[in-house]
Amino acid sequence: MKFSTFFYTLKQGFVSIFRNKWYSLASVATISACLLLFGVFYSVVANFQYIVKMAQEGVSVTVFFDEGLSDDRIAEIGDIITKRPEVARINFVSADEAWESFKDEYLGEYADGFGDDNPIADSANYEVYLKDVSKQEELVKYLKGVDGVREVNHSDITANTLSGMNKLISYVSLAVIGILLAVSIFLISNTVTIGISVRKEEINIMKYIGATDFFVRAPFVFEGILIGIIGCLPPLVAIYFVYQHVIDYLSTRFTMLSQLLKFLTVSQIFQVLLPVSLAIGIGIGFIGSFSTVRKHIRV
Amino acid sequence: MITLEHVSKTYSTGAPALNDVSLHIEPGEFVFIVGDSGSGKSTLIKLLLRELMPTSGSITVNGINVAALKHREIPMYRRKLGVVFQDFRLLKDRNVYENVAFAQRIIQTPGREIKKNVPSILSTVGLAGKYKARPKQLSGGEQQRVALARALVNNPPILLADEPTGNLDPNNSWEIMKLFEEINEAGTTVVVVTHNREIVNAMRKRVIAMNKGVIVSDQKEGTYVDEI
Repeated sequence: MKFSTFFYTLKQGFVSIFRNKWYSLASVATISACLLLFGVFYSVVANFQYIVKMAQEGVSVTVFFDEGLSDDRIAEIGDIITKRPEVARINFVSADEAWESFKDEYLGEYADGFGDDNPIADSANYEVYLKDVSKQEELVKYLKGVDGVREVNHSDITANTLSGMNKLISYVSLAVIGILLAVSIFLISNTVTIGISVRKEEINIMKYIGATDFFVRAPFVFEGILIGIIGCLPPLVAIYFVYQHVIDYLSTRFTMLSQLLKFLTVSQIFQVLLPVSLAIGIGIGFIGSFSTVRKHIRV
Repeated sequence: MITLEHVSKTYSTGAPALNDVSLHIEPGEFVFIVGDSGSGKSTLIKLLLRELMPTSGSITVNGINVAALKHREIPMYRRKLGVVFQDFRLLKDRNVYENVAFAQRIIQTPGREIKKNVPSILSTVGLAGKYKARPKQLSGGEQQRVALARALVNNPPILLADEPTGNLDPNNSWEIMKLFEEINEAGTTVVVVTHNREIVNAMRKRVIAMNKGVIVSDQKEGTYVDEI
């Protein structure tokens, strides 16, 4: 394709948007509405997942050792555990640290009676944090088989609840995204149908005087892509400015909530939302315009 | 230049539009195709444009077997044909210049040449002063001149016109037909489908008359033939 043809195609795409301004406006509004729904939903789901992830990161498995086990073997066990793929990190707690922590948590001033004795002298342990709590059962089973390990403490309920919640969020996300996509396609196809009457005649004329499919299609497709990009902007701008206000409102209105939960920042949300929204907007614009022209191009 | 051999066309509804039509048009000829509505004239034009495929028979235009064209070859074929329709078929949202220039753009004519060719052809059809006007600002006759300029700007060897005077008053009809004659004298083969009895009778060109999908007469320097 010659440069002049390429620039002519681009120019026609631009001009066509303004020429058919009501159609363009309807298309932009449709894409914006779909992407706003998507953006709001994504922001909510991403925060849920973030909160669950944070909770998961706090879940640990505690590994106790056989009485009198040598420090070398304890270090070896540490290495074995660290090499496991499901393990995020481990933390060694000596018997003294375990006793101090126990005293602070449960005994308070009553601990003075024990003097310098450590009644839980064999309670040195590793706190093992997982990348994915759904793998906890598998890890516990493995750890119980390691030579030198006396006991493995874990909470099935916490792990299962968090893991289940994660799964639930994933399924709900998939279902809602599916519904949103179906609604988007329905809305876009309706908008495209409105545009067809305007385009049909124009496409026919072009074909009668010998325009190739590419020459006919290119300005329409470029126009569709441009509409997709323009359609992305209002929801992204709206979410960018409204999101922080909502987070601030939740934090000040529900102080307890903000102490328990941490929300994602706008920039964290936009790391995913920006490229995905652009991809969806451009994709919808491209597919919408491509399929519209395709229906009428075989003249 | 144009040869139809035993061409028949039956629509998917079962209605026959052309029945065993054979004809030959030499390069440089001026031919009227006449007949009442439903006689098959427009089907013939659509077959020549490769908008329709014949049910049987063969069509050869400029040495090309039209029925054998692949979809991607059709644009190249159509560029060798100038086409004028009754309803002008102009791009309504572009001005006169852009409508004519469009035909040059699709064959990737360089911008410099477009700037030279378009004013020249607009001046040939008498619209040099109206290149900025939109189609709706023009009379029917002027719109048909724009369509004619667009059809001719790429110098096609054949000009097909489907009822080109159907929406025009007698004066404008004559003006358009004079332009067709000039174009023909310059060497272009002209095929005009028409109902216009006065023009056909006055111009004394070859007249092919059709009725119910069949050629009923073919006269050199002929006149309009009523339904037989």
